[in-house]
Amino acid sequence: MDKYVCNICGYVYDPEVGDEDNGVQPGTSFDALPDDWQCPVCGAEKDDFSKED
Amino acid sequence: MKPVEISKGVYSVGAIDWNIRDFHGYSTERGTSYNSFLIVDEKTVLIDTVKKGFEDQLIDNISQVIDPKKIDIMISNHTEMDHSGGLPRVMHAIGEQKPLYCSKMGFKNLSQHFRQQWNYHGVENGEELNIGSRNLTFLETRMLHWPDSMFTYCKEDGILFSSDAFGQHYAGFEMFDDAVGHTIMAHAKKYFANILMLYASKILKLVEQVQASQLQIKTICPDHGIIWRKDPGKIIDAYVKWSRQIPEKKAIVVYDTMWHSTEKMANAIAEGIYLEGVAVKPIHIRSSHRSEIMTEVQDACAIVVGSPTLNNGMFPTVADTLTYMKGLKPQNKIGAAFGSFGWSGESVKLVQAELEAMKFQIIEPGARIQYVPDDAGLASCVAFGKQIGQAVNSRNDE
Ligand SMILES: [Fe+2]
Ligand SMILES: [Fe+2]
Repeated sequence: MDKYVCNICGYVYDPEVGDEDNGVQPGTSFDALPDDWQCPVCGAEKDDFSKED
Repeated sequence: MKPVEISKGVYSVGAIDWNIRDFHGYSTERGTSYNSFLIVDEKTVLIDTVKKGFEDQLIDNISQVIDPKKIDIMISNHTEMDHSGGLPRVMHAIGEQKPLYCSKMGFKNLSQHFRQQWNYHGVENGEELNIGSRNLTFLETRMLHWPDSMFTYCKEDGILFSSDAFGQHYAGFEMFDDAVGHTIMAHAKKYFANILMLYASKILKLVEQVQASQLQIKTICPDHGIIWRKDPGKIIDAYVKWSRQIPEKKAIVVYDTMWHSTEKMANAIAEGIYLEGVAVKPIHIRSSHRSEIMTEVQDACAIVVGSPTLNNGMFPTVADTLTYMKGLKPQNKIGAAFGSFGWSGESVKLVQAELEAMKFQIIEPGARIQYVPDDAGLASCVAFGKQIGQAVNSRNDE
């Protein structure tokens, strides 16, 4: 599963880790994140993320 | 500085730092101020503190208005130490158990700066706090410019306490935009270029939200520099303009040089750009400060970067400038590279790779000259400059 980087603050969403502080279980792909999920560091929306190369 | 009443019962009580010239690598030729705001109501509130070392000025100013022990609530809009450094002294003076309001990220971040177990209240975006005759609203402004950043808005006075946003590194007895005049805009622009440019898209969204919410903003109180009371719309409009990053018909030729060869190239390229009717400025890196260079980058269309080759690499000061520039994410630029070299000449390729990484539109090929440029070499630099000038003009014709 691909990692995604926040274009605003540089936070990396790693599907293997998830975002448990915000109720996202490990193993959740970026696409499967809810539409209103926000960057846990800076609050950016999902469309502010790009796939990590 | 003495406390200054901004609105009935609202005071500016912060400190002036006349002598600072290097603010974490940003040149502050006019010093700065660490602004702190006191609101005296049924509950008395202090918004932000000062940098460590300036607490005496702050406590003294507060004491001229009210006994610090009578402060009921501390609000931290921003964790960075130029505003939180005074917290230990202030919390000690007002009472360690007094509530300390901050954003949720502010709570996390302050806890990693200070080990005291303060009585934190992490607020939600839009949460309100009644302090008697006034209602304060907390507005999360994450990444403007730290994750913890927030604004505090006072509806009754129409005051936006905007943390670092709309600030300027400027020390002066003038406290307001109407007192200082238009010269302050250059300081505000430099602040934007060096602290906020990379969050331009966030700023545009925030301004849209604020305009949609129809907050009445009569006065903006930033944490540095003067207060915008005569025309707060002016600085908001400037932020929108700077955030859009629509370049002007302007180029800068930023370079360093060892034996004046790259300098000769820089001046010839600048001449070529000028001949195309584009405003241009050659900037020698070691004669300027990186934060001054960034202010020029802000509205330039073409960023032309020159480096001699040193030990098979880029000249270190050029790497400094490019690293700094890249972090601030300038948008919509044209880029070009040049440089003199002795035997290997890697620098032009390396500079160009950095400009490409910033997604600049590159004018190729970069100009390389071995050892000292002769007349033909300089003529080729003028021609390269013309090519760059034409690219700037075609952008402006679009
Ligand atoms: Fe800051
Ligand atoms: Fe600051």
